[in-house]
Amino acid sequence: MRFIDEYRDAALARTLVKRINRHSTRPVRLMEFCGGHTVTIMKHGIRQLLPETVEMLSGPGCPVCVTANGDLDKAIALAEQPGVIVTSFGDMLRVPGSRSSLQKARAGGADVRVVYSTLDALEIARDNRAKKVVFIGVGFETTAPTIAASVLKADEEGVANYCVLSLHKLCPPVIKALLDSGEVKLNGLVCPGHVSSVIGSRPWEFAAHDYGIACVVAGFEPLDVLQSVDMLVGQLERGEPTVEIAYSRGVSREGNTTAQKMMARVFEPCPASWRGMGSVPGSGLRFREEYGKYDAERVFDIDPGPTLEHKGCICGDVLRGVKTPLDCKLFRVTCTPEHPVGPCMVSSEGSCASYYHYESA
Amino acid sequence: MKVPEDERILLAHGSGGKLSHDLVEKGFLPSFDNPLLSRLDDSAVFDVKGRLAFTTDSYIVTPIFFAGGDIGKLAVCGTVNDLAMSGATPLYLSTSFIIEEGFLLADLARIVTSIKQAVDEAGAKVVTGDTKVVNRGSADGVFINTAGVGVIPEGIDISGSNARAGDAVILSGPIGEHGVAIMSEREGLKFASPVQSDCAPLNRLVSDMLDVSREIHCLRDPTRGGLATTLNEFAAQSGVGVLIREDAIPVSDAVRAACEMLGLDPLYVANEGRLVAVVGPGDVEQLLDRMRANKYGRGAAVIGEVTDDHPGKVVLRTTLGASRIVDMLVGELLPRIC
Amino acid sequence: MCLAVPVQVKSIDGGEAEVEFGGIKQKISIVLTPEVRVGDYVLLHTGYAISLIDEEEAKETIKIFEELALLEDA
Repeated sequence: MRFIDEYRDAALARTLVKRINRHSTRPVRLMEFCGGHTVTIMKHGIRQLLPETVEMLSGPGCPVCVTANGDLDKAIALAEQPGVIVTSFGDMLRVPGSRSSLQKARAGGADVRVVYSTLDALEIARDNRAKKVVFIGVGFETTAPTIAASVLKADEEGVANYCVLSLHKLCPPVIKALLDSGEVKLNGLVCPGHVSSVIGSRPWEFAAHDYGIACVVAGFEPLDVLQSVDMLVGQLERGEPTVEIAYSRGVSREGNTTAQKMMARVFEPCPASWRGMGSVPGSGLRFREEYGKYDAERVFDIDPGPTLEHKGCICGDVLRGVKTPLDCKLFRVTCTPEHPVGPCMVSSEGSCASYYHYESA
Repeated sequence: MKVPEDERILLAHGSGGKLSHDLVEKGFLPSFDNPLLSRLDDSAVFDVKGRLAFTTDSYIVTPIFFAGGDIGKLAVCGTVNDLAMSGATPLYLSTSFIIEEGFLLADLARIVTSIKQAVDEAGAKVVTGDTKVVNRGSADGVFINTAGVGVIPEGIDISGSNARAGDAVILSGPIGEHGVAIMSEREGLKFASPVQSDCAPLNRLVSDMLDVSREIHCLRDPTRGGLATTLNEFAAQSGVGVLIREDAIPVSDAVRAACEMLGLDPLYVANEGRLVAVVGPGDVEQLLDRMRANKYGRGAAVIGEVTDDHPGKVVLRTTLGASRIVDMLVGELLPRIC
Repeated sequence: MCLAVPVQVKSIDGGEAEVEFGGIKQKISIVLTPEVRVGDYVLLHTGYAISLIDEEEAKETIKIFEELALLEDA
């Protein structure tokens, strides 16, 4: 597989590991923001290969995991309305909300369908004109432009029965909030590669300039992650935090301006509620007035019921990097992939799911 | 079985009356023709000497027809293989059909042909069966149950609890093909050359292996849950650790690509024509030679070993040289895979 | 969920393209990368191309790894 296999070369990986071990003298704490990076690190046992001076923390970069219970309850409430087809990415289905989940709603008779793409959701809308089709819009800046594109397509074609529940989140504001909270002292950030393909590397510059955090935009193969750790260690050893792009084959400083414009045409930033962090200013996306008729929150009167949090679930702490899954009393005991209590165990990019599946030996 | 193209199964086909008899006599009998079956008594009656292996499985795969096979072939191979994994020579099978009203007779004919081909290849016979028909909507096309009986040669004791430290773990060929073939069909993935299910009867491969070695301690076909689950079963049953090397596990490029696209891990994807053997270290070379000479063992390779370390756990040494635990499959990777 | 797979564009038809990955063919939307041409590689995410892959940069990255390998072994 081109652009994948080359970046999994074991011999080159060993070289990078040797280099990191040789260069690293001072203890540093790095956060890999993105759930995808956590998966790569756990799957290939990268933590084991790094020197003791390098500590890796997992961050809140899993859009499913950071969706607040109250928002998930909205999606479930929509599913339970008559004449509604809810379409969603697969990961959302098993996440427990306050009382139920999309999967449980489906078992109870709701029409909930897993789709791989908004293109599929639009198809379902075209084929079911008598019903309202809602797409649960969960994702970061990687996904938001595709949702925007689907809204524009619906508008162009007159698919009036299609709408989106916008639960999209933006990454740079939450990084700022994490750094502002001072809860976790970070030295470096492994920046999300595919989010950055869209937004560019520029939005990370504030972290280096204003907070002295070393930043490297990383791809998702083992060599990509190792290269990024090597570059971060290099910046920190030299005491010169800046933003570098390791994932140069997919990321530029400016990003994909077409995608950015499309996102901005349909959506505008707003405050959003992140699991474990409460409301973070400017970190969410809401529909602009002009496309309001595709906003599920305007189309429907949604009553999600009271929001309840699960006792003992520390997903919020795990997402902020304050605790690891191993610190959670429920991990592997009552919270397992088969019977998840919190979203970090359900999502394919959740920290707890990664720690569970790829336990180091 | 020759049928007009659009003729369909009716409830009456399952009622035991004239249509049922016609279905059996004109549909099943000619394909499965053998003296035990043709008597059409309530039971097949036969003498068997020796230690018997007996197994049953139900088949609910969807889609019914897929690249490399169909539910009929699967129904035979699955049961034949379960017998073979005890070291048994498969002798007699039963096939029971639960068919949805409206199912095309032409499709049933295709399935019956597949069953016949698989049974002939395995050298076994279908000696008894049953057919029920349920209302439209009460079954998904057709469900099949097969049970099978086989004889285990003297002196063979193969069980998941027999693995011991020092044993080698051998895999008969590349993993993930059945699961990917099914998923590709379901997800509408189009391949330049489609991945074929590896569905195959393995009894002759097993008897070839038994010819050259009496140190075969465990045998299992990694079906639902994949290779990872089977190895975990051995580790648990035998109270040993299993260590495997990522770079030793054969996976085809097409399966790798499909798993990448579908977000699957080949270690957990179902196989229907592969076996895992845990064998004494002294017999590895001759086993590999013999397996590779059989058409279903060409890709045979040693993928790891049994150890006293980490009993009950399976550990994978990654290509990067780190080690991690490989758990049993949790939850359902791919529903209705077999 | 931020999974994106590198695929090659085989043909283009308006806002859609047929792409190939490891022998698998798919139809995807290219409205987010209208500048793409046949033969280019793109990152595919949930049915859309979200970015072009810069092959020169890709080669450069591998070259860097290989040079580092030589340095380490020396």
